[in-house]
Amino acid sequence: MSETIPASLDTDLRALLADVLGLAPARAAAFTAQTPLFGALPELDSMAVAGLFTALEDRFGFVLEEDEIDGDLLETYGALLSFVACKRGHG
Amino acid sequence: MRVLIVPPLFDEMNRARAMLVAVMRDLAAAGIASVLPDLPGCGESVQDFAAQSLNAWRAATAAAARHFGASHVLALRGGALVAPPALPGWALDPLHGDAVLRPLLRAAALAARARGEESGVAALLEQGRAQGLVLGGYRCGAALIAGLQGATMQGEGLRALALADLAAPGPAPWLRQEPAPAPALAAALAARVAQDLGA
Repeated sequence: MSETIPASLDTDLRALLADVLGLAPARAAAFTAQTPLFGALPELDSMAVAGLFTALEDRFGFVLEEDEIDGDLLETYGALLSFVACKRGHG
Repeated sequence: MRVLIVPPLFDEMNRARAMLVAVMRDLAAAGIASVLPDLPGCGESVQDFAAQSLNAWRAATAAAARHFGASHVLALRGGALVAPPALPGWALDPLHGDAVLRPLLRAAALAARARGEESGVAALLEQGRAQGLVLGGYRCGAALIAGLQGATMQGEGLRALALADLAAPGPAPWLRQEPAPAPALAAALAARVAQDLGA
């Protein structure tokens, strides 16, 4: 399995996080693959997580299965990016 | 001409409120009157939220339209589900009832899991349909949850507007966890309404 995640997907995902969570774009741009999200960002409570999942579905055109809905998905920025890339058929 | 504004449902209502007030000011500047009533059980309404249903909200928006002599309706998001069916107008980014329920049920399922309970979305929906459920901090009656499931946009006269149709930069305020002003979107929406009304 290749690990080619398009740069545009990375950019789009950072922009979506900034939009939905109201983060400064510079803060979202500074995320690394290891940056923790769920439990580390005060903006990200359970209601925000659900809103973020909905925004991900709208923006990237996939549907999350119920067993995929989990805080683990949001453990780090890298985990979320890999998941979105996988759902989109990359990587 | 007078435009009745039907706000989004649940928390999106709060997040969109500042933008809707900006839309009303922009409409007024174009010479168009508008009204933004609170749905029963919401905002400053003294009614019990737990007693509400889509039909109760539809009856209320229809009564408000008669009371204020509204000629058109502007509904946002889930508000399109409870707009008065007889009026022409616009529905901005309208949602099906299932799309209103989904994030609320997911949040409830995540919160339940965090408490160590195994209540999935399907189980919570069944529970809500039978006996009501607290969703997103709102005490929802069984009728509201059952009504939302499978509900579709009301009003044959409503024209669906996508955000892309308005070409306004910036995120939709109702998706943001932290409210932020959206003057460009408000101006674009008011301009579209004024243009369609020939004002």
